[in-house]
Amino acid sequence: MLRTEEMILNVGPQHPSTHGVLRLVVKIDGEVIQEAEPVIGYLHRGTEKLAEDLTYTQIIPYTDRMDYLSAMTNNYAICHATEKLMGIEIPERAEFLRVIVMELNRVASHLVWLGTALLDIGAMSPFLYCFRDREKILDLFNELCGARITYNYMRVGGVKWDAPIGWLDKIKNFVEYMREKMKEYHGLIMGNEIFLQRTKGIGIVSHETALSYGLSGANLRCTGVKWDLRKHQPYSIYDRFKFEVPVGTRGDLYDKYVCRMQEINEALQIVDQAVEQFPEGGAIMAKVPRVLRVPEGEVYVGIESPRGELGCHIVSKGKDKPWRLKFRRPSFYNLQILPTMLKGQNIANLVAILGGIDIVLGEVDG
Amino acid sequence: MSEQEKNASQEEKTGLPEVDQVGKNSVANEGVDKRQAEKKLDKDQDDSPKENKKEPSSEQVSNVDPKPTPKGPQPSVTGKSKPAATPRPRSKPKEEKEPLPPSPEEPILNQYVKIIREKIGNEAVEEFFINRANDHLPTLIIKKEAWEQVAKLARDHPDFSFNYMQSCSGVDYETHMEVVIHLCSLRRRKRVCFRVRTDRDRAKVPSLSHIWEAANWNEREIYDLLGIQFENHPKLERILMPDHWVGHPLRKDYVPLDKEV
Repeated sequence: MLRTEEMILNVGPQHPSTHGVLRLVVKIDGEVIQEAEPVIGYLHRGTEKLAEDLTYTQIIPYTDRMDYLSAMTNNYAICHATEKLMGIEIPERAEFLRVIVMELNRVASHLVWLGTALLDIGAMSPFLYCFRDREKILDLFNELCGARITYNYMRVGGVKWDAPIGWLDKIKNFVEYMREKMKEYHGLIMGNEIFLQRTKGIGIVSHETALSYGLSGANLRCTGVKWDLRKHQPYSIYDRFKFEVPVGTRGDLYDKYVCRMQEINEALQIVDQAVEQFPEGGAIMAKVPRVLRVPEGEVYVGIESPRGELGCHIVSKGKDKPWRLKFRRPSFYNLQILPTMLKGQNIANLVAILGGIDIVLGEVDG
Repeated sequence: MSEQEKNASQEEKTGLPEVDQVGKNSVANEGVDKRQAEKKLDKDQDDSPKENKKEPSSEQVSNVDPKPTPKGPQPSVTGKSKPAATPRPRSKPKEEKEPLPPSPEEPILNQYVKIIREKIGNEAVEEFFINRANDHLPTLIIKKEAWEQVAKLARDHPDFSFNYMQSCSGVDYETHMEVVIHLCSLRRRKRVCFRVRTDRDRAKVPSLSHIWEAANWNEREIYDLLGIQFENHPKLERILMPDHWVGHPLRKDYVPLDKEV
């Protein structure tokens, strides 16, 4: 038996595999991780503090910058919570537009995950394919709201821009195109022995642990827990669409991969149905007063973002600004389990496991 | 067609809602009216002795506030689903006195309270009500001393089985601090909100991190941003702000270093 010595290894905060500015202090014995501690806060911008001095409409662009890979769901969380507290009903057309953009954003976000997570374990080409396809979604968003990443698209009471002429046809074509591509990627990746070796049986989490840590999204579903807020606590118009909630069985990296790939397909299916059922005309904004005075009260809503349950907790004192605004940021919860997952793992699996969690540091740090 | 109906139809045409006084008032007052009616309902059914009655709560503060009380639209559950800003004709003042229909979650809330009072003690629950605006969410304000016990019961008792912590946040109400947790039972598909109050000066609440692991970082965040201490927390350190930071930014009395920012 070779004698080894414990060593402290610092990873990040500037390291390409940490997907942002995450620092990890890892104690290793030889190549085996004994302890790992994430150090976060490098990207803390105090969104919740800033929000206390902003009106509800002004907060929306700040939410874009939290989970910058799926800004649409972030927009939706704050708008949905405010609407709930004010009791505003959203026009049909706006609901459909919201669902279409949120699901497309889910596809875009999962594509980034797919590309970067595979890049982490050494596969270069999927990254290029995924970003090529994501670009198509960003172009569609650009046409809709004039921005590629930080959309600021939704408003309390509806959405800001109506679909341009011909936009829905483009969406339809994209869904068609993406379905074909998904088959191609699946074949490309599943046939790769290195990928299978590096993901099967790595980073296993039991469903009890996952629930206790408050994991959500694919991180929870890969452990076998069928829990999707779109299905189990329906919001918006998700109860009108047919879609499955993919679950894993073992809770390892491979299951996370399978869940997310299927989620892309399900999201495409929702987009397809939404485009089919898209209402002919109608308003895109409900009648809301220009100054939003949210009645006194408290509300918590959770929605299913690509990373899990994105919650918004508003405490209002009847002013035009929130008294307290708190976001339940899924990446923050999902990252917390990292030390447990890393313990006893080989150092080479560190980036693979971290990549599998799919964190966005802007969201972790708020 | 009345004046307001004309207004409404005009708004439809232009698509731009006019900010008229009626619209604004109706939004603000609907909420207040509802809450007051709700408060009354709660009081009716809550006949057990309450403690800390004098401690000002957010609701109580709102009742004391001298607010103008022009008659807004009648408070009802159906009214909630309609656009709040739509000015309604005032020709039906009688409906305003109609009491709110009982919430569908009412029996569930009462059962929660009963179980907690039986298992832990009569004074464990300070207040309880249904948060109608938030999908009739049962909300219970728990006494600080019983916080940990109630959390454990909420996780383990089969009638609760809240095995998932949705959210944990702290709120500074200026008169007191509050820790709010939103729990969810995946099996029963039910949600609940527990709140606990603490002083502002020596804010201290028992930690729940050994009940739900999810509370661990959350409590650190609350400590970091609001300065609430959590007893028996395994590692109560700053998490988002730098370690050398002075003060807790989300407290209402926090003075920023640079006012320009």
